Amino acid sequence: MTKYKILTTNNVHVGDKLPELSIPVSATTIVLGAMASRDWRPMHHDKDFANNQGVSNIFLNTPTQALWFERYVTDWAGPYARLGSMQFQMKKSVIPGDTMLFRGTVDKIETDSTGCGWVELTVDLSVAGDTATSCAIRVALPTQEGDNPWTRKDGQWIPRV
Amino acid sequence: MKREKGEEMAEIELPELPGHVQDMIGKTLEESFSQFPVEQSYVWTSCSSAEYGNPLYWEEDAANEITNGPTAPPTMISVWLRPHHWIPGQTEQHLPLRVHFTLKKELDLPEAIITKNGVVFGEPVRLGDRLMNKQTLRSISEPKTNKLGTGRYWVIDVDFYNQRGEWIGSEWYNCFGYRRK
Repeated sequence: MTKYKILTTNNVHVGDKLPELSIPVSATTIVLGAMASRDWRPMHHDKDFANNQGVSNIFLNTPTQALWFERYVTDWAGPYARLGSMQFQMKKSVIPGDTMLFRGTVDKIETDSTGCGWVELTVDLSVAGDTATSCAIRVALPTQEGDNPWTRKDGQWIPRV
Repeated sequence: MKREKGEEMAEIELPELPGHVQDMIGKTLEESFSQFPVEQSYVWTSCSSAEYGNPLYWEEDAANEITNGPTAPPTMISVWLRPHHWIPGQTEQHLPLRVHFTLKKELDLPEAIITKNGVVFGEPVRLGDRLMNKQTLRSISEPKTNKLGTGRYWVIDVDFYNQRGEWIGSEWYNCFGYRRK
């Protein structure tokens, strides 16, 4: 019996909503993310540079957004959840002073030919009611207690649709 | 490549795609190697930046039970191939995703944005791994004009491997290089 959270596919249903997550964004949020992801480009830490590029402020870089999406999904699904794929569409920059709102919906649940359980989600990152980034995520969940997607290798791991 | 919303055929005429750029399509143009092994401190710094408390990355017991030892968050895949800002003897900044910057230069398109990005995850990345990637140019579009300006879309595939040759993931980037209106 594990002490860690396990969400199994049979406890998930199409149309389920993930709990919302609201995060205020400061310049520190953006610079921390840029430096942690080793992104030294000045548009992520130098407001004057961003202004000269026609952008109103420094903005959250893509790898940091990816990490926020990962965090959002595994907050819900627990550490046994293993990401298969993510696809982003960036529509609007996230800048200091914004509040990010993450909302997710379960679109599909399936078991593949190897017995791996998959959940497909759409996660919307919005600011003031407008989508900043939409993300389609495919994540493997245990099909039952005792199953662990992280143990899958080679032909037993099929993350692509 | 299909036309995107808000996209028009080019208003400003761009030169034909040069032959040597056409020849780059479908080829692996760059191989990059990490400058340091995957390390715990970057994992913690990254998790801290997103207030990410998954016990896999903070508790040794969780990592041992679930992933057979410590790993890095999958979405950090590109972090390990990003070059240092400076190293001794370096006279110009090394750039990640170099194919992208090569195309900007070769096509004389000074501005560029990434419009879509996808990633697929393979073997978990483990502390101590040394990673490499291969960058392949998948396609370049005809000239297009949108609200940003006139330019071309291109798609770059990046495949990542560890020191054992195991596939750890692939990214693709849909980019738009352009001249401002």
